[in-house]
This record gives sequence, structure tokens and C-alpha cells, in this order.
Amino acid sequence: MIDEKDKVRSTEEVISTLKIFRDEVVKKYPKKVARKRAKAIVQSDAGAPPEIQANVRTVPGIITQRGCTYAGCKGVVLGPTRDIINITHGPIGCGFYSWLTRRNQTKPEAPEDPNFITYCFSTDMQDSNIVFGGEEKLKQAIREAYELFHPKTIAIFSTCPVGLIGDDVHRVARHMKEELGGGINIFGFSCEGYRGVSQSAGHHIANNGLFKNLIGRDDTVRGSLKYRVNLLGEYNIGGDAFELERVFEKCGINLIATFSGNSTIQKFENAHTADLNMVMCHRSINYVAEMMETAFGIPWIKVQPIGAASTAKMLRKIAQYFGDPELVDRVEKVIEEEMLAVKEAAEQARKRTVGKTVMLFVGGSRAHHYQDLFEELGMTTLAAGYEFGHRDDYEGRRVIPTIQIDADSRNIEEISVSKDETRYNPRKTEEELKALEQQGMEFNEYHGLMTQMEKGALVIDDLSHHEMDKLIEFYHPDVFCAGIKEKFCVQKMGIPLKQLHNYDAGGPYAGFQGAINFYRDIEMIVGASIWKEIKAPWESEEYVEATFAF
Amino acid sequence: MLLRHTSDKEIERKALTINPAKTCQPIGAMYAALGIHGCLPHSHGSQGCCSYHRSALTRHFKEPVMASTSSFSEGSSVFGGSANLTAAIETIFSVYSPDIVAVHTTCLSETIGDDLTQIVSKAKEEGKIPDGKTVIFCNTPSYVGTHITGYSNQLSAFIKFFSTATPKKKNVVNLAAGWMEPSDMREIKRLAATMEARTILFPDMSDVLDCPLTGKFVMYPPGGTSLADMTATGDSKFTIGLGAYATEDACVKLENKCKVRFEVIEIPIGLKATDRFIVALSRHANLPIPDDITEERGRLVDLIADNSKYFYGKRVALFGDPDTLIPLTEFLLTLDMKPVYIVTGTPGKHFDESMKDLLNEKVPEAKFMSGERADMFRMHQWIKQEPVDLLIGNTYGKYIARDENIPFVRLGFPITDRPGHNFFPNVGYTGATNLTLKILHGLLEHKDRTCPEEKVEFQM
Repeated sequence: MIDEKDKVRSTEEVISTLKIFRDEVVKKYPKKVARKRAKAIVQSDAGAPPEIQANVRTVPGIITQRGCTYAGCKGVVLGPTRDIINITHGPIGCGFYSWLTRRNQTKPEAPEDPNFITYCFSTDMQDSNIVFGGEEKLKQAIREAYELFHPKTIAIFSTCPVGLIGDDVHRVARHMKEELGGGINIFGFSCEGYRGVSQSAGHHIANNGLFKNLIGRDDTVRGSLKYRVNLLGEYNIGGDAFELERVFEKCGINLIATFSGNSTIQKFENAHTADLNMVMCHRSINYVAEMMETAFGIPWIKVQPIGAASTAKMLRKIAQYFGDPELVDRVEKVIEEEMLAVKEAAEQARKRTVGKTVMLFVGGSRAHHYQDLFEELGMTTLAAGYEFGHRDDYEGRRVIPTIQIDADSRNIEEISVSKDETRYNPRKTEEELKALEQQGMEFNEYHGLMTQMEKGALVIDDLSHHEMDKLIEFYHPDVFCAGIKEKFCVQKMGIPLKQLHNYDAGGPYAGFQGAINFYRDIEMIVGASIWKEIKAPWESEEYVEATFAF
Repeated sequence: MLLRHTSDKEIERKALTINPAKTCQPIGAMYAALGIHGCLPHSHGSQGCCSYHRSALTRHFKEPVMASTSSFSEGSSVFGGSANLTAAIETIFSVYSPDIVAVHTTCLSETIGDDLTQIVSKAKEEGKIPDGKTVIFCNTPSYVGTHITGYSNQLSAFIKFFSTATPKKKNVVNLAAGWMEPSDMREIKRLAATMEARTILFPDMSDVLDCPLTGKFVMYPPGGTSLADMTATGDSKFTIGLGAYATEDACVKLENKCKVRFEVIEIPIGLKATDRFIVALSRHANLPIPDDITEERGRLVDLIADNSKYFYGKRVALFGDPDTLIPLTEFLLTLDMKPVYIVTGTPGKHFDESMKDLLNEKVPEAKFMSGERADMFRMHQWIKQEPVDLLIGNTYGKYIARDENIPFVRLGFPITDRPGHNFFPNVGYTGATNLTLKILHGLLEHKDRTCPEEKVEFQM
């Protein structure tokens, strides 16, 4: 939560009107829609988070931020891995729109190392494939991809018509794996766009696929035996993973795999040799963390290395977990060193940012994580919400048992995972875990977005365009955070929008260096001169009066 | 290397498309629908389609792109999307108050076989469509044709739903705009105004996707062809279609429906295509060509003549949409350049025939291809086999340009990494001037940076 001294004087006034806002905003909806939307608009209370409606279908016709299951599976989770050929099975559009559009950076170690991120592969289905089935074309496409590129791994992603016409991408994958031989790994995802209610279903499907087809395939223990961790739910947008890799290396922490920023298939296959899983984006990847704990005995903790203080907190948690004084000291030294530049940059930026207000409507974790950075800038979050979060992302994991599973969630395969017979190895004993918990460490826990927000601040799930319009009209935040579809609508209103999906070609924003970048970028946009020039001189009242007087 | 796996060895591909020079139908319908005033495009399918299309258009235009979706769930995919569309229509009119909703289908709703005629007329009967408001629709299955096909289908829908013939023909020429930038539409209107021709341009994205920053968001910006104008296209005496792939079908439909004769010419990119446009407009509007236009043309000719030595014989690779590539290829030939590799993902004979006519004699070594698997990967392989001096295409071309160290001119859709294409037209003599300068700057910048030090020139 924001520091007392940074609070805007009028916060409470602002908040007192938020209730009125909800009533006002739903007025325009048809009755049934209004009732539904009202349940997705609540006022935050960190002490007792209210129940929010989340992860339910968007009302047709509502202009939503949300995308589809394919986008969550192919675009978000599998997209950032460089040495895999991702073939989109479907008409050309889906592959085209997910081609290089998420700014997942990647850095092959050698010039000859595989990197397919710059490529788009599609079966480009035609009407004859819809009528007669597309399996043969898919097989042929895989043959051609193999002949041209000899990849070690090929994944197939289903688009809407594939499920409807009954193409079985899993059968094709098995068939081609056998036909091509030579140890090639081929697997498919049933991530048709209509499954689920948002990208979130795609994350879950991708997680299942990662676990079934990749994690645990290679037992070779690579690198140092000490401090072995995985980072889950980090996608290297704008180079975030590069910065976190730098910080871990400086601390002597051995990062085995990142899911999936700057990643390779081998890292996934090897991930089960780590001793701690850290979940960054809880929404998109918590399933993998859970499954790896069950199968291999690797505990997981929630981290949010967005914001300098939160990054330091993450490093301290890692040190505490491994409990080695050598690591504790080194981590403290790194934090001290890194914080020098961070503090200097924050001081500089805060001259312009303290007391300003912000709203964040994005993703499934970013609307939460970025509040840390804004707090460091002394900026108050008036309203926030996710595009595809679930109730646990808002209210904390404690509510999971009470979430009702609806038809849309039931459609998504739940895979049952059990202890791996030979490789299950609890990294900590029950006693050790208890002791760590007594020292304040929390395992398998996420408290959600609402615990961080000011009492009374607005929380809205699956924000519609109309609601966004009203929010800005009512509260004139100094910065609005969302994505590309919202960017220019908000900026036409004279308010700078910071994209938190692609960072407006900026970043990295993770870690220490990332915090510095973010401070500068926010200082730049709140202080940009151009926003004061929206009205022409002759459009102002003074000018008109002066003209008449003249 | 960014495209490190691309080699010069082509294999016969039958199924795999790599780095497409096209995208799918619905985005074209969405773009075209934005060119009608007060119209909200509606995507009848999964949420992802609408989200992807809005994102792609926004990245290109750097402007708000508003559209709604039927938000299909698994249930709607099994039972049909009728309930979703009906609910959407009700919600849209109550919340976003457009005058027109332009529904287009997707591969999902097409595969299910949703009958839009029936769904929309039922919504009308049930009073879900307020008086004075209109819901139009077109079929844009993503597995047929490309984004250009979708654009064309949306234009045909405008004709089907709006164009009306009254007994009285008016001395007006319809201009059916192919896929071009708002700046191009502005330029075409300027040329028509200079000629004092009475025209109706449809669709018209100027003042829709190039709006000023005013401090206010306007859901339906002032631009776009008005409903009145769109209706009146049936009373015009002639239609000029700009770009066969995007406009011919609409022209034919308008002739069949309202007896408005038509001629389809190329999008006026380059000197000769602009000449043909000016002549066609002059003839059909029955107006003389003013000196101002002749002078504009003269300035362009002057620019090309002065710099012809920089263009002569330079090998060019280009990719994009056929309606753009045909006049662009012709223009490159006017510059005495050699368009050697040309690919478009949009299928159709007209492209192949036009290329044959244009290139057979002048550049017999040229390779061109259209349709499935006429993709950027193939073009890059050709470049690997024998290099080029210049690449022209959308932003995806920059990966090839960097790997092969060739100058790159951005033209087409999408251009996501540079602004300005909604300010500076590519059509008309002004557009040809812009293009000539872009090409020239590209070539000379490259030479200045890569030639030996002793060869750096202070002057031209």
C-alpha cells in the first residue's frame, strides 16, 4: 500500500464517490447485463476483501479487453520459447496475429542456435480442409517443417474450426512423432479460441501440455548444485527476463528454467532439478507450480519482482528458503549495491510523480504487480482490475475452495498428477517448512490484488470500454495503464496511457534496473509537455475575450 | 541473424505457410466498416478474433479502433451463435448507440453455419433493433481468400444494404476505395475537389483513423461515408473502382442493383496509375483536367528525371496486397527499376496476368507468385539465391532487410514500427512523390553508410 506521506489529500473524497460510480456506470446497460456487471465492480478492503465476480463469460456485444484461449496458450505461454516450431493449425489469421506481437525477447547463446521466434508457421486451412478435414494437411505441414528446419520440438495449436470439424491434433502429433522418429518431440494443444471465457483457459491448457510433454524429460543436473530455482510466469517482454537473469547471477542463484521468457526446451525438460519454484504471474502458471510440487516435491512461493522493494523481498525470500548465511550475505550486498542507483532514480522521478493517481486494467497479474512500482513513485492506485483474472487473483487463494466451477471451466482438462515414483523428493521436510513458515515465509500462497489496495478503491473485473470511459470522466487519473486497444482511446481524452502488455516499446521493468526504467518512463509521460498543448491558443476563453475587447 | 533458418534451398511445399504475406478475411471487413459514419463493426465469433483485429489495426493506425464481439463460448459453438448475436445487438444499441452495426462472420460461426439473415431479421422482429438503426452483415469465412476478400465482401454488403436507385440519376461519380490509408483517401478527395468533380467516396477512413487529439474521445468520429451518401451511390451515374480485388465485386453488385455502370482501375499509386485515375474521373465526371493537376504531375516527372540514375536497373523485391503491388510494380518500371520478386498471399488470376503483362518484356527474369504459400519465406529464399537492392513491404519485411543488409521502404499493412502513414499519402502525384523520395532516401542512406570512405559524396 502507498506510503502515508505520499497519499493524495483528496483520496478519501475520491473514494467516497466510488459507490456512486458503480450505480452510475451500470445505468446504461440492459437490465440483465447491469445486474451481471454490478457484481464485477467492488470496493477494495484489504482487511476483508469482498467477493468479486471474475472468470465468467463476457456479455456479447460488450467491448471487452479480452482475447481467446488460443492467444493464452500459443501467444502467452508457449510463444516466448525460441527453439520450438509452433505450427498454428487453422486459417491464416490466428498465426498471423500472434506473430512477433508480444515483444517476447530472446537471446540465443550462439549464432547457430535455433531461434524460430521471428517465424510464423501455419497450415493456412482452406475451405476444402474444413469440408474434408485438415489432418492430412497438418501432417504434410509437419513433414515440410521438419525437412526445412530439423527442429527438436514441434507443437501444434488448434484454432476454432479445428475442434468443430473434429481434427485430432493429438493423434496427428503421435503419428508424426513415430513417422519422423529420431527422438523428435511433437505434441498438440486443444486450445480452440471458443474454450473458456478468456485467455485464462489457454494458460491452463498450455500448463497441462508443458507438464505432460516437457517437464521432467531430462534428469541431467546442470550447473551448480546450490540455490537451484525456477521462475514461473515471466515472459521476457521488453527484456524483463534478461534483467532478472542478471540479478540472480549476481546473487549466485542458479536459475534452471524460466517459464517461459528467454527459454529453451531443454530448460523446461530440466526444470524438475530445481529446488524452489517461484511464481511470478500466478494466473498464467500456478498450475505448473502445483503439479511440480505434487510430482517432484518442489515447494513454490509467490514472488513479484516488479518494483525495487519487491525484487529485494524476492531475493531475501530465496536466501531465507535456502538458509545459507553465505547466500544471505551476498543477497544483502547485491540489494545494497543495486538500491543506490534505484534510490537516486526514484528521487529524481518523485519530484514529478508524488501525489499523482493511476488506474490499472490489464492482464492477470500486472494490474497487481505494477502497483508496487507506482507506490515507489508515490502514486495512488484509484482503480484496478484484471482482464482474465480469477477470484483468487483478487481475493487470495483462500477462496479457491469456494469458487464454483461453471460449465466454461469444466471444459478445460484437469490432469491428475501423482508423486513421481522415482524422482519425488521433498526438498524440505515438514518440520523445515513449518520452521520457515514461522519465520514468515509463505508457501503455496497468494493473497491477491485487493490486499494491496487502499480501502475503498475500485476493483473491476473484465473492464468494458464503457466503464473505462466513465472511470476517466469521473476521476481523471494522471496515468491509465492498459493495452494497445485502449491506448489511443484514453490518449484522445488527454490522459497518457502506459501499455503494460508491451510497455510501449520500453522496458525492461522487472528487477532493479527495470524499476529505474519504469520511474523514468512514468516521469516522462506525466510530465510530457504536449498534454498542455491540446487546446489551440484561440480556443481558450482568455483569447476569445481578448479578441472581443480588441 | 533474425531469420537464421532461412536458406536458399527451396523445397516443394504443399501444406506449410511460413511468414505469410496476407491475413484473414474478418479484419478486412472490420477495416472497411470503420469507413462508414456511425458504424460499429461487430465480429461474430470468439472474442480473440475481435481482439486480434482491433489490436492489429490499432498498431498500424495508432488510433482508437472500436468493434464488438459475439464472445462465443463452447456452448455457442455447439448450439449456434444466434443467442449471442441477439444479445449482442441489444447490448450494443443500449450501451454504444451506433447508427449501424456491421456484422461479419469468422471461421467459427461459418463452420457452425450460423444464418445471419435469419438471426438479424428475428432480432428486428423482436424489436431488438431500435427504429432508425440498421444491422447489416456479410460472410467472411477466414478459410477463404484473405483480408482483401473480407474488405471486398464488406463493400458489397454496403451496396446490398444501402445503395438505392431513385428514378433520378445524379451527376455524381462513385469512387469505391480499395484497401488504402486514410491519407490516401484524403488525397483522392483533394484531387476530385481540385477537379470540381462531384463524387462519393466509399468507404472513407479519413477523419476516422487520423483524428486530432482534442481531449475528448469520440466513439464515432466525424469521418466516414454518411448513410445518406452511401444510399445515394445508387443514383450516381458511374462508379470507378480503385483496385480490382477489393472493389470489383461491389461495382458489379451496384450495377446489377441500381444500373450504375462502372470501370475498375488500379489504385492510383505511381505516375501512370494516377494518370489513368485522373483521365477516368475527368471523363466520367465530364470535367476538364485543371492546370494545377498537370503541374503537380510535372513536378513529379521533374523529380524522377533529376534522379533517374539512382533508380536505373536496381533490383527490387516487394510483397503485400495485389491491388497495391500491381500499380507499384508499374511505377517501379517507370523509375527504370527492376521488380524481380513479387509475392502476395491473396489468390487470383488478375495479379498473375498483370504481372506477366508488366514484366514479360522488361524484366523477364522476374519471379512472382500469389495465393497459398506465396509467402515471405519464399521471397526471402529467392533473395538468398540472388540478392536485391531494395525491399518494399509491411513491417515484417524489416527482419529480411536487416539480415540481408538491404534498404527497406515500408508500404502496406501492417506498419507497426513507424508512424506517419496516415499523414503522407501513397496515391496521386503527391503520393508518388512521397514514394519516390522514400525509395531514394532508402537507397542513398544505405549507400552513405556502407560505401568505402573515399566514395562518400557531399553532393548528388
